[in-house]
Amino acid sequence: MKKHAAKAASGTIRLAWRDALRLGLREALLRDERVFLMGEDVGRYGGTYAVSKGLLEEFGEARIRDTPLSESAFVGAGIGAALNGMRPIVEIMTVNFSLLALDQIMNNAATLRHMSGGQLNIPLVIRMTTGGGRQLAAQHSHSLEGWYAHIPGLRILAPATHEDARGMLWSALEDPDPVLIFEHALLLGMEGEIGAEFRAVDIDHAALRREGRDVSLITYGGMLHKCLQAAERLAESGISADVLDLRTLRPLDDSAIVASVSKTRRAVIVDEGWRSGSLAAEIMARIVEQVFYELDAPPARVCSREVPVPYAKHLEDAAVPQVEDIVATVHQVLA
Amino acid sequence: MATPDCKPSSACPEFAHAADARALLWQMVRIRRFEEKCAELYSAGKIRGFLHLYVGEEAIAAGAVPELRAGDAILATYREHGHALARGVDAGAIMAEMYGKQEGCSRGRGGSMHLFDSTRRFFGGNAIVAGALPLAVGFALADRMRGRDAVTACFFGEGAMAEGEFHEAANLAALWKLPVLFLCENNLYAMGTALTRSQAQTDLAARARIYRMCGGSVDGMDVLAVRHAMREAVAHVRAGNGPAFLEFRTYRFRAHSMFDPELYRERGEVERWKEHCPIERFQGRAIAAGVLDEGELGRIESEVAAEIAAAVAFAEAGTWEPVEDLERDIYARAPGMAPADHPLESRS
Repeated sequence: MKKHAAKAASGTIRLAWRDALRLGLREALLRDERVFLMGEDVGRYGGTYAVSKGLLEEFGEARIRDTPLSESAFVGAGIGAALNGMRPIVEIMTVNFSLLALDQIMNNAATLRHMSGGQLNIPLVIRMTTGGGRQLAAQHSHSLEGWYAHIPGLRILAPATHEDARGMLWSALEDPDPVLIFEHALLLGMEGEIGAEFRAVDIDHAALRREGRDVSLITYGGMLHKCLQAAERLAESGISADVLDLRTLRPLDDSAIVASVSKTRRAVIVDEGWRSGSLAAEIMARIVEQVFYELDAPPARVCSREVPVPYAKHLEDAAVPQVEDIVATVHQVLA
Repeated sequence: MATPDCKPSSACPEFAHAADARALLWQMVRIRRFEEKCAELYSAGKIRGFLHLYVGEEAIAAGAVPELRAGDAILATYREHGHALARGVDAGAIMAEMYGKQEGCSRGRGGSMHLFDSTRRFFGGNAIVAGALPLAVGFALADRMRGRDAVTACFFGEGAMAEGEFHEAANLAALWKLPVLFLCENNLYAMGTALTRSQAQTDLAARARIYRMCGGSVDGMDVLAVRHAMREAVAHVRAGNGPAFLEFRTYRFRAHSMFDPELYRERGEVERWKEHCPIERFQGRAIAAGVLDEGELGRIESEVAAEIAAAVAFAEAGTWEPVEDLERDIYARAPGMAPADHPLESRS
C-alpha cells in the first residue's frame, strides 16, 4: 500500500484513483469483520485492475474470495450472505458482465425488501468498472449505470474524485440497502490528492465541483473530468460554467440540479450512456418539469453515439463524449 | 446416519410411535385441505394472480421441513404454501397474504408466490425458477463464515435444473463445501413441458454427482422415506461435509396453475399417480400398523377444518394497506437521509 500512497503535503497523500479505491476496501475490511470481498480474480491475481492487490495477503482467503466465472451465483450469494448477517462487497469485473447477474440484481436485490412487506434488508455492495476509452470494444466498454438507475430498490453511486473513490464504499456498506458502485475504468490511473485521514462521505447529495454563472454542466463519474477540462476551455472564452457532480445516480439529488440550473438558466447534461432512454434524458425531464420557466435556452445533452462502442481508437473517440463535444454544445446553448 | 456414499439408505423407515404418525398425517392433511380451500377461494374471486397448488406433493414438505432446526434457513419456489405451513408460518397470515391484505405474511405485496416470514427463517417464495439457489449459497456462506452450524434448505422443481443458476450454485456450494441442501421436487413437468422433452440427462442425481455432491433419489410420495433421506442429508451437511442433493420423485395432481387446461398430459397418467396419494398411502400403513384408527383420522380432519376456517376468517377480516403506503419499504433508509449512526464529516 505504502508505495502507492506516498506522503505529500502535510495531512494529504498523493495517489492513483485505484489506490484510493483500495484504501476504501482496506478500511472497510479493518473496520467490520462482517465485510468480505468476492469476485473474479480479486485474490491471487490482485484484481483485474489491481484494485485489490495485496488484500489477499493481508486478510486471507476467507475474506478475499476468488470466485468461479459465475456472475449470477456469486452476486446471488452476496445477496444471501447480506440477508444472513454479512456485509459483502461483490466485485463484477466489468459492467457488461453484470448482465449475467441481472436476474439476481433486479429480481432479488432490488425486490425482496418490498415484496416481503419490509421484513428483509440487503446491505450489499456491488462494485463494477464501467465506461469506454480503452479500446476494449463493444463487450467491455459500455456505460449501463443509467439502466440500473431505473430500478427502485437500488442505490446507484458513481465516484469521480479520489475522496469519493475512497469514502463511498464505507458509506455504502453502512447503508441497509443494496448499493451499486460504478467505477470508471479511465479514472483508475489518475493521480490526485486526498486527506490522509479516512473520512466517510455523504452518499445522498450531488457536489458542485466548479462554480459558474452562465451554464450548468451536469455530469458524473468519468465525464466529470472532461467537464472540468471543458469548463477551463470555456473560461478562456469568457464563459463561466457550474460543474455539478451528481455522485448518486439513484436517488437523484433534484434540489442540487434545480439550484444550479435556476442560477445559470442553461443546462448541458454530459452522460456517457446512450442518448435514447438515458439518465441524461431523465435529468433533462426533471429540469423541464421543475425549472422550465427559468430557462434561457432549451437544455442540451452530450451523450455517447448510439452504436456498440467500437475497437478502433478514432471510432471509439468519436463514439463517446469528448471535451470538444462539450465545449461545442455549450456554445450552441449560449448562441 | 448417512451411508458411505450418502445415498438414502434402503432400510424401510417406520414411524416411532402413534404421536409421530399423527403429526405427519396431520401436516399432510392440513396442507391438502388448505390447498383445496385456496382453489375454492380462487374460483370465488377472493384470491387472484397465479396460484400454484401443492396437492399430491405434500409428503415432501411434511417429511423434510421438520428435520430442520429453528436456526436453519428455508428458501422455496412459487409452489410454496406447503413448505410455509410445515415451517410454522401462520395459516391465517398465509391466507391473508393471498387475499392481498396487510395482515398477510408479506403485507399483501407478495401474494401466493412470495410468502415470507423472517421470524421462521422462511425466505420466500421465489417466482424466478432457480433464482433462490444462489441466495441459498450465500446464506450458507454467511453461516460458515460466522461459525454457526446452521444449514440452508433450498427447494426447487426439476425445471430449475435446466437453468444455469442451478449449475453455478451447485458448483459454488460444492467448491466451498457450504452447508446447503439442494432439494429437488421432481413432479415431471416444468409447467407443461415434460422432463424427457426438456433435459438430456433425466437422472437428476447424476447431474448433482458431477459436482461431487452426495445425495440420491427418494420416493417423494412416501413421507417416511422423505423424512429418512432428509434426516441423513441434514446430518451430513451439518457435519461440514459440504452440500447434499436430494431428488424427491413426486407428481402434482392438479393443474400447474389455475389457468392450465392440462393439454400436455393424459388423464390416465394423473389417475395412476393418484393411486400413490401420499396421504392415503400413509393412512393405510398407519392403520395397518395399529397406530392410528378411523376415529383419529376424523379428529385430524376436524382440527384441520377448524384451523382453515379460522385462517379464512382472519383473511376476510383483514384490511387493505393504505395506498399512501405503496412506496414504503422500497428502501430501508429513506433517500436524502444520512444514516443515523453516521454523522457526516464531509460532503466532498
